[in-house]
Amino acid sequence: MDLRYTDEQIAFQQRVRSFLAEQWTPAENKKDPAFITRFRQQATDAGYLYRGVPRQYGGSEQAPDVIRAQIIREEFAAARAPMEVPGNGVALVTPTLIEWGTDEQKDMFIKKTLTGEYRWAQGYSEPGSGSDLASLTSRAVLDGDEWVINGHKIWTTLAQYATHMFALLRTEPDAPKHKGISYILLDMKAPGVTVRPITQINGDTEFCEVFLDDVRAPASWLVGPRGDGWNVSRSTLKHERNHIGSSTRTMPMFRSLVKLAQRRQINGKPAIEDPRIRSALVQIEGYLQSQLWAGYYQQTLAANNESPGVLGLVNKLTTTNFFHRVAQLSTEIIGDDTLLAPKQGRDRGGDERWVNQMLGSLGQAISGGTSNIQRNIISERGLGLPRSGSEN
Amino acid sequence: MRFDLTDEQKSLRDMLTQFFGERFGGAQGVEAVARTTLDAGLWSAVAELGLAGAMVPEADGGLGLDLLTATVIAEVTGHYAVPAPVLPSILAAWLIATAGSGEQKGKWLPKLLGEGAQAAFALAEEGGWAPADWTLEGAPLVGTKLYVERADSADLFIVGGSGGSLAIVEAGHATLTPLDTLDRTRPLFAAAFDAAAADILTTDAAVAGKLFDALCITSAADALGAASAIQARAIDYAKERKQYGQLIGSFQALKHQLADMSVELEPARPLVWYAAHAWDMGQEDAPRMAALAKAHLTDISVQVARNAIEAHGGIGYTWEHPAHLLLKRAMADRSALGSVNMHRERAAVLAGW
Repeated sequence: MDLRYTDEQIAFQQRVRSFLAEQWTPAENKKDPAFITRFRQQATDAGYLYRGVPRQYGGSEQAPDVIRAQIIREEFAAARAPMEVPGNGVALVTPTLIEWGTDEQKDMFIKKTLTGEYRWAQGYSEPGSGSDLASLTSRAVLDGDEWVINGHKIWTTLAQYATHMFALLRTEPDAPKHKGISYILLDMKAPGVTVRPITQINGDTEFCEVFLDDVRAPASWLVGPRGDGWNVSRSTLKHERNHIGSSTRTMPMFRSLVKLAQRRQINGKPAIEDPRIRSALVQIEGYLQSQLWAGYYQQTLAANNESPGVLGLVNKLTTTNFFHRVAQLSTEIIGDDTLLAPKQGRDRGGDERWVNQMLGSLGQAISGGTSNIQRNIISERGLGLPRSGSEN
Repeated sequence: MRFDLTDEQKSLRDMLTQFFGERFGGAQGVEAVARTTLDAGLWSAVAELGLAGAMVPEADGGLGLDLLTATVIAEVTGHYAVPAPVLPSILAAWLIATAGSGEQKGKWLPKLLGEGAQAAFALAEEGGWAPADWTLEGAPLVGTKLYVERADSADLFIVGGSGGSLAIVEAGHATLTPLDTLDRTRPLFAAAFDAAAADILTTDAAVAGKLFDALCITSAADALGAASAIQARAIDYAKERKQYGQLIGSFQALKHQLADMSVELEPARPLVWYAAHAWDMGQEDAPRMAALAKAHLTDISVQVARNAIEAHGGIGYTWEHPAHLLLKRAMADRSALGSVNMHRERAAVLAGW
């Protein structure tokens, strides 16, 4: 156990700090999209962003180094500087194209995805295919040099703002269900694409339904081998495993919860002086600190190419449970304000905004594989228990 | 930046896993606790491992290892519900090496490190376990200490006194009353000191605080070991027990329960490692992390142990099955050294809340 950085790592940390001090300034520019785009380009040139993406496609092509990646995350967070463009394009499409794409596909899509010009909708789930994704029925049929696509996708995050979709589509209807799927890209402005936003329980519209009616995409927009889309879609950013056990969202949320408990009153005293609230806060912090140090442990294992075993499978549930616990305690602290509906849009409203935490934490439990699906994964892949159900 | 055990710590863990696994990995634990006194054969085999000197500097004849290593040892002794006072001996030897005079070290370290002498901590009183709760005055000592582990075979007691002082009392100077103890792997006694000759080790309350934190951290690791052992037994059982013509481990209700145990336990291990590391480095956050780790790990461990017994069905509820030893071990870890709420309050105060 040695939590210090080496001299070389401290020097790197200093370079990142100097870079941020020089480039992420002055304050008035920080909301200017053009400034942010320029900043991201400079940070990429300096080797801090898009480290796993080749230079010819707009990345910084750095050797994998988990500790450097961690230093960059820490320093950017401390300076409140933007990191890579958020969303599926950078997290999912780019690594998939790097692993499976043709040169033409890489040239056409990666650079514009990294700058945020291309925004991607994930066309995976369907009304009849949620947890059992491989049962999907939306189909693509080759007609000359074009795919003709018909079907219905759902839970498509921010599809209303997307320029493109990466979709799993059935191209081999006679093959077994995992073998008949292809990974195909399409243009969201193509005729036949209809997007209908879904209003969620918190009033937001992050998810959409997408109807695909005789939508045409070039035959060359098939990624990887035909019929191998299930496998192709498994590509994720293995480069530095940036996401593992990260506390970048949970730590600030806990600090806000403590501030809330210090500010709100219960029985005429600050809530944080209430023994039940104090005890519950420390209980939640036990989970937070576990997540934090489990994250550092997993980063060390990743740096040494060692497997985290079962621990590597529990991260999503750890985060989900944490958000839920925060939500429960926050409603206890805000008391009657829980009776109010949280405000929409830019108006943050009063403390009833914590109600959003209760609703949002539920979204976390469902999206990206429900908590029960996560429990299947842990018990089958992690604990070696037999698979359930008849088909799998 | 390396957050992991060293290779030496990992090999020590593997060695002890084999050593205690051979002795207590099956159902032997149940037979072992049928005896109420310390198994002399077991204790001499443990003494030969030289663990007591784990945290004693090499200059004083020890191994010069840290609390993180002791925490690794504690997880293994918890895993096998080892019915021998391994951790008390390690921490008593550390304490004497750290705070003792040349004479005290010369007298006790060779006994503890080389001759299998056994130490017992006499800390708890009616008012609580922490140094601030200790009321016994000076030398000679008068008063009663509660929940003293294996006092009947102890060669020396480490007794906590008022102001956070610590003294050594030799065996024979306390009147012992056995307590009908829930965790039979660690029988407890009340120890009454009636003008007992006490050799003061330290009056520095900071040393007492450090000792208390070390006890909390190793207790947290012990509970984690017990809980992960019983989870492992429940998983094994789910892979062999059939009902309705199939392995019960294929039922999602049970799979999900077993998975949730991993969600609780797996991230908790790095927390107790960090608490031990903070203690080793003398960091400012060490007392708070000790309180946080003690509360968190013992709390979740009891919950996991309960659920794991439930997952066993009726067989887990029997005296013959070792599952109850592990549940009781975790329950004892949870209650000893102060309740979960007491430690959470301590963590809240230390955060300035």
